[in-house]
Amino acid sequence: MDIFLQQLINGLVLGSVYALVALGYTMVYGILELINFAHGEITMMGAMVALAVIGALALAAPGLPGVLVLGAGLAVAIPVCVALGLVIERVAYRPLRHAPRLAPLITAIGVSIILQNIAMMLWGKQYIPFPAILPQGRHDILGATLSDVQIAILVLAVLIMLMLILVVQKTRLGRAMRATAQSRQVASLMGVDVNRVIAATFAIGSALAAVAGVMVSAYYGLAHYYMGFLLGLKAFSAAVLGGIGNIGGAMLGGLLLGLIESFGAGYIGDLTGGFLGSNYQDVFAFFVLIAVLVFRPSGLLGERVVERA
Amino acid sequence: MSSVPNTARSRWLAFALFALGLALLPFLINVGLGRSWVRLLDLALLYVILALGLNIVVGYAGLLDLGYVAFYALGAYVYAWLASPHFGLHLPFWAILPLGAALAGMFGVLLGTPTLRLRGDYLAIVTLGFGEIIRIFLNNLNAPVNLTNGPQGINLIDPVRVGGVSLSQPHTFFGYTFSGVHLTYYLFLALVLAVIFISMRLENSRIGRAWVAIREDEIAAAATGINTRNLKLLAFAMGATFGGLAGGLFASFQGFISPESFNLMESIMILCMIVLGGMGHIPGVIFGALLLTLLPEALRYTGDWQRNLFGRIYVDPADLRMLLFGVALVAVMLYRPAGLIPSTRRRREFADAHG
Amino acid sequence: MTGHSLRWAVVVAATLVAGCGDKPQQNGDKAVVSIGQASPLTGPQAHLGKDNENGARLALDEINAAGLTLGGKKVVLELKSEDDAADPKTATTVAQKLVDEGVAGVIGHLNSGATIPASKIYSDNGIPQISPSATAVAYTASGFKTAYRVMTNDAQQGSVLGNYAVNKLGAKKIAIVDDRTAYGQGLADEVEKAAKAAGGEVVAREYTSDHATDFMAILTSIKGKAPDLVFFGGMDPQAAPMIKQMKQLGMTAKFLGGDGAQTPKFIELAGADAEGALASNPGLPLDAMPGGSAFKAKFEAKYGKIQNYSPYAYDAMHVLIDAMKRADSSDPARYLAELPKTDYPGVTGRIRFDAKGDLTGGAVTLYQVKDGKWQTLETVQSGK
Repeated sequence: MDIFLQQLINGLVLGSVYALVALGYTMVYGILELINFAHGEITMMGAMVALAVIGALALAAPGLPGVLVLGAGLAVAIPVCVALGLVIERVAYRPLRHAPRLAPLITAIGVSIILQNIAMMLWGKQYIPFPAILPQGRHDILGATLSDVQIAILVLAVLIMLMLILVVQKTRLGRAMRATAQSRQVASLMGVDVNRVIAATFAIGSALAAVAGVMVSAYYGLAHYYMGFLLGLKAFSAAVLGGIGNIGGAMLGGLLLGLIESFGAGYIGDLTGGFLGSNYQDVFAFFVLIAVLVFRPSGLLGERVVERA
Repeated sequence: MSSVPNTARSRWLAFALFALGLALLPFLINVGLGRSWVRLLDLALLYVILALGLNIVVGYAGLLDLGYVAFYALGAYVYAWLASPHFGLHLPFWAILPLGAALAGMFGVLLGTPTLRLRGDYLAIVTLGFGEIIRIFLNNLNAPVNLTNGPQGINLIDPVRVGGVSLSQPHTFFGYTFSGVHLTYYLFLALVLAVIFISMRLENSRIGRAWVAIREDEIAAAATGINTRNLKLLAFAMGATFGGLAGGLFASFQGFISPESFNLMESIMILCMIVLGGMGHIPGVIFGALLLTLLPEALRYTGDWQRNLFGRIYVDPADLRMLLFGVALVAVMLYRPAGLIPSTRRRREFADAHG
Repeated sequence: MTGHSLRWAVVVAATLVAGCGDKPQQNGDKAVVSIGQASPLTGPQAHLGKDNENGARLALDEINAAGLTLGGKKVVLELKSEDDAADPKTATTVAQKLVDEGVAGVIGHLNSGATIPASKIYSDNGIPQISPSATAVAYTASGFKTAYRVMTNDAQQGSVLGNYAVNKLGAKKIAIVDDRTAYGQGLADEVEKAAKAAGGEVVAREYTSDHATDFMAILTSIKGKAPDLVFFGGMDPQAAPMIKQMKQLGMTAKFLGGDGAQTPKFIELAGADAEGALASNPGLPLDAMPGGSAFKAKFEAKYGKIQNYSPYAYDAMHVLIDAMKRADSSDPARYLAELPKTDYPGVTGRIRFDAKGDLTGGAVTLYQVKDGKWQTLETVQSGK
């Protein structure tokens, strides 16, 4: 039972991170029908920038409380990532809004490669440690352990998602976003500045990615220029699982994917008598993705969208 | 002779010179740059086959396949299974190459079937997933039954032997000594020419035109009576077959394969080749493949220059290469979406879309 | 038309003549003999590759300074260093290049992944090769007569580690994790074999990848099986978060790694959680090598800090030239026969080869993190 509970905790924490990154994919896709391949790399950039600030602060003022240092890291990482997201949208995607579908997808791959290489040149190829500034407390719950960092990730993820739902449902910007998602032309006829809405979407998604990036590096204690790629891929799978374009779906998909991976890697070896093992952990995400796309392309919570070729 | 029109004669002459040039190319390169460049040239030809294969899927049919390397890997492993000490089998290459290509083609259909309903960008992600799944399986199928030898890879793969002549050793014909890489060049060249021929025939056939129709507007294509399902599957199968063929050649050429040679980066590299060269245009694709295989080698010299000039390396050529690829992908899509050597039709298509 | 073909024919003839020029250059009454060196000089492992090059160059300069006479002729050695970028495909190109340039022997490559495909080209052309640092068993298992190494291989290291875990650390129940790379999986398999042979029980065998940072799921599953020790076959970027997550899950099992984990980076990444971790490295620690301090002084005076394998590259060069001296020839076909008879007192230890070309009785040293530093525990000879 304690093992089961521990895997549940592992899965939920992992899933919250996936969910936060998945939101960025789903929002952009909802409005532009574009897979922003570079989103995972924005997450990575968030982690790297925050780590650079945190590392410098931890050296310059060792006495500062950890939460404050982390806050400073976030305070720099979020605007940097937002700016990055806006630049990418402006330079790589906006000129191609009317090009064949293949074109923005290929630039997205290109942007992703560029960001990885810039990070590599700035911060090197080695993994960068996250300084031990955060409280290291552990709590025992029915034989399973839950750390302070895990609690912080869960709480923060829930808060951010609630805020996002509020923004989308209750504000003018949220209404404009929903209108643009339904039809760009009609929204613009109704006086919505479509370009601004799209930019705002990229900005919000990038800010979430920055937070997720900092969470990941704090949780695992390191950051690396390549960390965004797999994370992005899995988060995208999560978005598809939940129903891409649907904000609630991204959250559900993220949590589900985290749980699937956790329980899959934890139990499959024993369930299949060693025939399949945790070596297939990364396969689960892809299998889920393919199965969903083939059998229920609109995802768990997605509405059936009319084919728009 | 006077009955032959002048233009036809000069065309013949040009063709003959071109053929002679191709035949002598490895020798010229050997003199000018050294035999290791002939080896690189062999590798470049391999990538030409791969790029032309992916070109059928992406360039002709417009299906973005990010897991193409899986078929390359399958071809390589089939060759390794049937011609190495791993299973103790040593079948001749002319039996294995078609087998590997056919198996890869079958997998193309197998993987293509469930993904047919998916639109462009979903398709890209799913094929990417397939590519990773195949690689992960190859990496782990050393237990319970040792099929692939896992991450250790398969070593001592037989070189291609033509009539008792091994293509990994030097041989003497008519008093001249041909090194293994020169002989390999001729084998690869012959296969490249065959693949080019098939591609050209496909491009100008009913099938090729149907693919273009699907690429431009699938619903309209279906409305005109084109069987989009079968044609998309055919594109997948043809592309995969060429991938499998190249995989077999790679295994025999390298003598050692392991799953790390078949990662996602390789798929993206091949995609870069056709995007940069010109999607759907055979000369463009060939140009792209040659450029991207030989460019990293040329870039390595920048490392030497930096060392000589500054005493240390500031920008690692390996990093520079990837950064250049990224920038090139974006720049080409923004400014020359039909590639560096575009086909006229493709150029018009992109121009229409912008208008 | 005839004019063209004549011109081509001349070019072809010139090419073929040029192709036959792979003879040692005559330089007055001195012959120049080239020795190849191949390692990654660009990319993430460039510092290690350069280190190998420097080690080989140091030995070569010493031999030249002392003077070398083969077959009654004065011989000057020349180093041809090539960059294989730690990439299997580049490695074969570079190997071909070295062969074309007529090297008499090769020191290299650095990584097993590059060494294995390159070894085929050296073997096809009969060029002896000594790797200073490739540890994968597969390298010498190919049966090539030209393939040697002066480094303890993974099987030797794995068997020492498995034995050590059971007999010295008293671990009865062992969990084994590997990163599914050629290195990690190869080492973990050998550890599993040795641990079982020594009477230990392998209670869990889990896997991860060389890009993973989340091990909570597999560690939780391992925790349920209550092992005394967790062995990880892989590199430091995974080993460090793994030991952190073990601590986070409240696991008390010991952590044991191979040379991929025995790095300063591991301590940097794992921080305080690294304390108590155990890991091995093939060979002796530098200060325990028979010629370690002398080598260090010579090397650092010329090239700066030793990265890792330069003493082995240095020894590899000496072993190669030693065989040439005994054969009194730099002709690969002649001195290759002398290599199996090598018995050379190198700075890294006594160098002899077994029938496969592996180092006989390669040493493995065990280390533990104490007070934020790797401290030497003891050195074990393999094959006992």
